[in-house]
Amino acid sequence: MTAVFFRSQHSKAILAILLALAVAPVIAHLFDDVFYVGLLTRVLIFAIAAVSLDLIVGYGGMLSLGHAVYIGVGAYSVGILSFYGIDNGFIHFATAVAASALMALLIGASSVRTSGIHFIMISLAFGQMFYYLAVSVNTFGGDDGLRIGRSSDFGPFGDLSDPVVLYYVCFVVLILVLFALHQLVQSPFGMTLRGIRSNEPRMISIGVSPFRYRLTGFVISGMICGVAGALLANQNLFISPASMHWSRSGEIMIMTILGGMGSLSGGVLGAAVYVGLEYFLSRLTEHWQVIMGPIIVILILYANRGVFGMLSALKRASR
Amino acid sequence: MKRLIKSGALALFLSTSLAGVAPAQEPVKIGLVSTMSGPGGVMGRHHKDGAELALEQLGGKLGGVPAEIIVGDDQQKPDIGRQVVEGMLKRDKVKFVTGVVFSNVLLAIVDPIVSAGSILVSASGGPSEIAGAKCMRQFFSTSWQNDQAPEAMGEYMTSQGIKSVAILAPNMVAGKDMLTGFKRYYKGKVAAEIYTNFTQADYQSEMTQIRMAKPDAVFVFYPGGLGIQFVKQYAQSGLQKQIPLYSVYTQNETTIGAIGGAVAGNYEAGFWSAGLMNPVNAAFVEAFRKKYGYLPSEYAAASYDAIRLIDSGMRATGGNVDNNDALIAAMEKAEFDSVRGKFKFNTNHFPVQDYYLFRLEKNDKGEYYRKQEKLILAQHGDSYAKSCQMK
Amino acid sequence: MALLFFEQILNGVQFGVMLFLIAAGLTLVFGIMNLINIAHGVLYMIGAYICASVIQVTGSFWQGVVVAILGTLVVGIFVEVLVFRRLYHRTHLDQVLATFGVTMFFNELVRMIWGPTAIYAPMPEFLSGFVEIIPGSPFPVYRLAIIAAGLCAGAALYVVITYTRLGMLIRAGASNRAMIDALGVNIKLLYTVVFGIGAALAGFAGLMAGPLLTVESGMGNDMLILALVVITIGGVGSIRGALFASLLIGIIDAMGRSFLRPLLSTITPQTFADTAAPAIASMLIYLTMALVLIFRPQGLFPPVVR
Repeated sequence: MTAVFFRSQHSKAILAILLALAVAPVIAHLFDDVFYVGLLTRVLIFAIAAVSLDLIVGYGGMLSLGHAVYIGVGAYSVGILSFYGIDNGFIHFATAVAASALMALLIGASSVRTSGIHFIMISLAFGQMFYYLAVSVNTFGGDDGLRIGRSSDFGPFGDLSDPVVLYYVCFVVLILVLFALHQLVQSPFGMTLRGIRSNEPRMISIGVSPFRYRLTGFVISGMICGVAGALLANQNLFISPASMHWSRSGEIMIMTILGGMGSLSGGVLGAAVYVGLEYFLSRLTEHWQVIMGPIIVILILYANRGVFGMLSALKRASR
Repeated sequence: MKRLIKSGALALFLSTSLAGVAPAQEPVKIGLVSTMSGPGGVMGRHHKDGAELALEQLGGKLGGVPAEIIVGDDQQKPDIGRQVVEGMLKRDKVKFVTGVVFSNVLLAIVDPIVSAGSILVSASGGPSEIAGAKCMRQFFSTSWQNDQAPEAMGEYMTSQGIKSVAILAPNMVAGKDMLTGFKRYYKGKVAAEIYTNFTQADYQSEMTQIRMAKPDAVFVFYPGGLGIQFVKQYAQSGLQKQIPLYSVYTQNETTIGAIGGAVAGNYEAGFWSAGLMNPVNAAFVEAFRKKYGYLPSEYAAASYDAIRLIDSGMRATGGNVDNNDALIAAMEKAEFDSVRGKFKFNTNHFPVQDYYLFRLEKNDKGEYYRKQEKLILAQHGDSYAKSCQMK
Repeated sequence: MALLFFEQILNGVQFGVMLFLIAAGLTLVFGIMNLINIAHGVLYMIGAYICASVIQVTGSFWQGVVVAILGTLVVGIFVEVLVFRRLYHRTHLDQVLATFGVTMFFNELVRMIWGPTAIYAPMPEFLSGFVEIIPGSPFPVYRLAIIAAGLCAGAALYVVITYTRLGMLIRAGASNRAMIDALGVNIKLLYTVVFGIGAALAGFAGLMAGPLLTVESGMGNDMLILALVVITIGGVGSIRGALFASLLIGIIDAMGRSFLRPLLSTITPQTFADTAAPAIASMLIYLTMALVLIFRPQGLFPPVVR
């Protein structure tokens, strides 16, 4: 199965990117420019989210516009536990995973029977409901957000307060997620999921229950986003409902598409490009949206098999 | 080639020796992080324009040291705000951060600023969370603590013998704080307390509820676009003629233009308006209008004062920003002429300032503005300072 | 008490009709061209901006209306030819994201042209004032005008779609696109015309909403989400469904805002009710949509597709 990964056309490019990410903090340290570690940590966190979204979008055919909720749930798990004085990292992450899995189970159970635009709308609806809920609960800051006193403490293993440590933890999580999901999509489960996306009636006729497979995929995706959220909470030591607004879900979706739907690892590139643009464009001009908008349009119109798709199309055209 | 090396060496020698003679002044950098894009962007614009005017008037120097303002956009997202601030702290090495419209952004950025040894001077956001027990030495506000203005309005309405009030605000932390602050000082009857959805545009249903409650007056907090909608619809519903409207942070220079005639006769409580009558303010408003072509709001005024506060602190330390204790002590004295008149800091570094009643009227140019009517509370501090343990 | 109830129903109806004006164009485009147009909200915004600006310059409301509708039409068709045409055959997801990009662009463009401060949208003199439909409760004439305008627009749409040749082509295209293409009808032109109608409707909704609401960059964002909810509940492509769903949403919303709090305070402490009620009220609309999607995903009045 790993052989399949290495034979894939984008493998060299992805390996190069991952290698670059692996040594980035070292380089940053050499140039005494520690800020980029933080920026790249954000890239890694959103890469994790984008990759997990690709599982259900690219392989499951479920277009979720409410995935930012799971990031929020993961982050608030850390925040709320910290609010009550619980700093243990194992508890933080276990709760983040459990809470986001539960959330995904509840939302998924109601939504995965629908498809297409209906799925988009229902995921949007649940996302908004949870957003309004978070805004209304004053105990945990409401719309002002929740400051988190300490980062997750893993006892003898240390904590996540050092930016470089956090960076490498995110990096390792990303690698693990990539590896696990690559295995998953090649496994019988993954094959079934893809079959359901391609030809649902056929799958039903051979006795497969699409609901169960879709729901499982959805919950797995939500759980991974929950981990991303817990990492985000550690990076910012802050969480607010703004991170769960539907426009944030849209942004993660754009990252997934940018990387190329169905390529899984492309989400890394998508996250890098989007987070990079978001930061550097806004430093350029306060009118960055007038540039970002058309960029998104052009990317969707012409590069919707991801940047890789665009590159291979160019390669083919130049032959 | 030899000549090149020789001249290079000479240049190096000269520059280093000159450097020894006249110490090259590192410009002090100020990061202005505000919402520059999107609907909240109007306040960021005011922040930027106010700050840049202040620096220009000071000859580009703060405390005699050349200074530079670096503008960043938080996109109204706390995590982006934090990222921008971290960039400014680590790469640009800013000593001061100012601006900040929204409380959630402020809460997200205050910790990295404090850890980096820099100082945050807020020109808008004033959440109660950092006004009380969690107050911070490295935080100053030249704007307000959220509860102060509604407290003043509550005080005024009580003193006027207004027996019952309907109060409304959006269902957000700021909204709840505003109404809580109001109720702290208002001793009459609250006929109705209505929180509306903060994305809501149409208030006709609330107009009906107000009419049912039969209050003597209505008090609201509706910032930005929400206020424009509410005040317009209040006038359109016919209620304005029967039940006077009082507000805070709702009818100001960023919104009056869009509300238009519907403001006429309404009241607002605040520490500043473009119509505040003192010589410093008159000069400020005129200079601002001349340079930018529009009337400043309290966001611009607070941002202007923030730069002048930093200047006053740096003048006292002789341009030295490395000793935080000396710098903070100097800033605490607030020895500058504020556009709002008398200004001093409370123990929690929030302002103690005069609160006025403003009435919305037309000036001689035919534009609506907030006319200073009377002083409600002189040198009013906030209610959280007593929990602040800062020495 | 009964009077209060009726008054809130009236408020709900009026909000619903305003929603319908926005949703009608959206559902038309979605139903005929299978295009989810998030950028519909910016057409609404542009209509409001143009009308307000024209009135400030010329002082005439009617000139504002005409120029705003034409202006929105021009912008709409321009963007249709440039961008939307390429989206008709793409997945819904691509459409959502691409139109999201278009929205971002226009929101910022409007800010660059008109500045970041909200602008003043004057109300026409002849429509200001009140009538007492329910005795003792003055109801603004302007809002009645909106109800009238919305219903007229709905009626006009109905007439066009049912009794004209264009309407016939539209209905045929919704049922079986390939067939009318095979019959030699210029699909591209048809789609552009339909899009134009949708854009004009959006612009009209915007200019009518201007005097009531805030005319600022991004004013279409929240309205658009509501419109999406409406057409999902009503059934995509169905004008009748959009009208029914708009009214339903408007009334549910008005009821939630006015009666939930007193209702809740009978069983919970007042302070809890004060903050919980608006939170629940804001979720009601989404809850309704979620329920409809679970139990009747095609909507309440889905158009018949052969």
